[in-house]
Amino acid sequence: MTALATTLKGIKFQRLATQVIALALLAAGSVLVLMPMVWMLSASLKTKEASTLFPPQWIPRDARTVVIDGRECYIYAIPVEGQTRELALLEKKSAMGTFVNPDNPAERYELRVLDGRRISDVRLHWENYPKALTQVPFGKYLVNSLTVVVTTTIGVLVSCTFVAYGFARFRAKGLGMLFLVLLSTIMLPAQVTLIPQFVVFSKIGWYDTLLPLIIPAFFANAWDVFLLRQYIMTVPLELDDAARIDGCGPLGILRHIILPQAAPALATVAIFHSLWAWNDFFYPLIYLQSKEKWTVALGLQSFQALYSRNLTLLMAASTVAMLPCILIFFFAQRLFIQGVVISGIKG
Amino acid sequence: MEAVKKRRTISLARHEAIWAYVLISPWIVGFILFTGGPMIASFVFSLSRYDIAKPLQLIGFLNYAKLFTDDPQFWHSLQVTLTYAIIAIPLGLVAGLALALLLNTKVAGIAVWRTVFYMPSVVSGVAVSILWMYIFNPRFGIINWILGWFNVKGPGWLADPQWALPALIVMSLWSVGGGMIIYLAGLQAIPTTLYEAATIDGANSWQRFWRISLPLITPVIFYNLVIGIIGTFQYFTQAYVMTDGGPAEATLFYNLYLYRNAFRYHQMGYASALAWILLLVVLILTTLIFRSSAAWVYYEGELRRR
Repeated sequence: MTALATTLKGIKFQRLATQVIALALLAAGSVLVLMPMVWMLSASLKTKEASTLFPPQWIPRDARTVVIDGRECYIYAIPVEGQTRELALLEKKSAMGTFVNPDNPAERYELRVLDGRRISDVRLHWENYPKALTQVPFGKYLVNSLTVVVTTTIGVLVSCTFVAYGFARFRAKGLGMLFLVLLSTIMLPAQVTLIPQFVVFSKIGWYDTLLPLIIPAFFANAWDVFLLRQYIMTVPLELDDAARIDGCGPLGILRHIILPQAAPALATVAIFHSLWAWNDFFYPLIYLQSKEKWTVALGLQSFQALYSRNLTLLMAASTVAMLPCILIFFFAQRLFIQGVVISGIKG
Repeated sequence: MEAVKKRRTISLARHEAIWAYVLISPWIVGFILFTGGPMIASFVFSLSRYDIAKPLQLIGFLNYAKLFTDDPQFWHSLQVTLTYAIIAIPLGLVAGLALALLLNTKVAGIAVWRTVFYMPSVVSGVAVSILWMYIFNPRFGIINWILGWFNVKGPGWLADPQWALPALIVMSLWSVGGGMIIYLAGLQAIPTTLYEAATIDGANSWQRFWRISLPLITPVIFYNLVIGIIGTFQYFTQAYVMTDGGPAEATLFYNLYLYRNAFRYHQMGYASALAWILLLVVLILTTLIFRSSAAWVYYEGELRRR
């Protein structure tokens, strides 16, 4: 009896120890994972000078200054005759500096600069955001990106739903083989079809328009068809039969049975596709030339080239470009996880 | 009577077939227009000299001959891509699996951890590339600041030909959360009865990992491996935005080299030959993995069917 109790205690202790170690490792990992994001946000709210300080300053601060004799001077907290005073550094000669009382510039002290500490105040420079977004026509980029995201998402949802429904619920000669062809195109690297597509789109005058980015979405893609088909297969056939008895045709069944049942899978497809379209850089890069056609990804890249010396504006623009993805992620986490599981495990 | 019945079943079957083909027609048309047709064209391009402006000129296998015998850049880009694949994919696999195992210990706050680690995978593309360019900045970036904690003086990263590719590998580890989610789902699908039985038989947690968890999630590892290889040959945005293949071509990924040939030098024929070689390499690698999978991927009918 006591032996059993000791064993149980041992197991309990072991479990607790595992928990503590796991938590510590996860916490350390999270700090590393979150650090780039926090650094970005912090840099986007700093002054240009503060953004490239080393070691990094995590909370944006401005040095406090005062204008004396027409010169901008830093304010220091510095000990004078036993008490710490806030004085402005007027002039610096090697290690020593001339400090003055900001309220009474006649009151001067010669002190060691290293004994003092520059005073700074927390200040978030939100104005970096409007500044970054107006340096280049981000509004236009945003409209273009949203146009592509919304239209292609609709295209993918509509076309893939029909195709997946066809593959999941109907029998016909050759359908099995066609499904294998479809599956094999998942593995096909896009580069193999890229160049002829580019040539054709150029020849029909679609170069430098959004059309090459939008139109192909309306012809279904293997990955999303596969995901939707897998999901539709799990909808009980009895529901179809019941609807058929009630007089529904194939489209009626699709509308009244399949669509409501497959709603989570459709939402997953919509989310993954819109994220992909928002982040896509390659296709806009090769098809869009004139600035007013650019998407956010393209605009951001040229912004980087133009403002590589202004970290605050760059980080503000990057934050704005990432924000929609992060917001969607937080509001639809369950769909994300589920989507990964459908495509990863059952695949 | 019999004849009527037969005719009706035939017409029903035909009715179903017509519906099937009508429903999948968007994909069939799309396949012909955007996949099948372009594939044939791309192969013809690869046998020609073509710059869009002038008419296409067939030259046989000259492009391929030049690739293999007279293009050090091609071999270099292949080497860069394979080096990245050989290091980054296994590192990502191990890190993702390790994270998933930690989360699978019934640790508190699993939803929060999962969110944190998965978040980098939803942001990708240009904004992330820009962010990491500055994280790797040797003067004020936070990577070298962190290394400073351990008294390590960080290298020049993206500015240093020796460290640019390692930098991109480090960056890839930021988004191991994507793989983690899949491993975690795989681990959670393993019936707890297996662990209980093993525990009763006296297996410790180390043995339970090697004998139960690992074999049962080999299909997931297999899946991530194949996806990883295909992804590495598509690697583009980071290399284009962060280094443009440099410094000293140290990050000239295969896809970037292909892009340059097609859209900077306008050698559509040569770029098409590169694309076909890419397809061949990916096919060989995935076939090797598929072949080897019989030896290390565990498929149990019972678990697969669920």
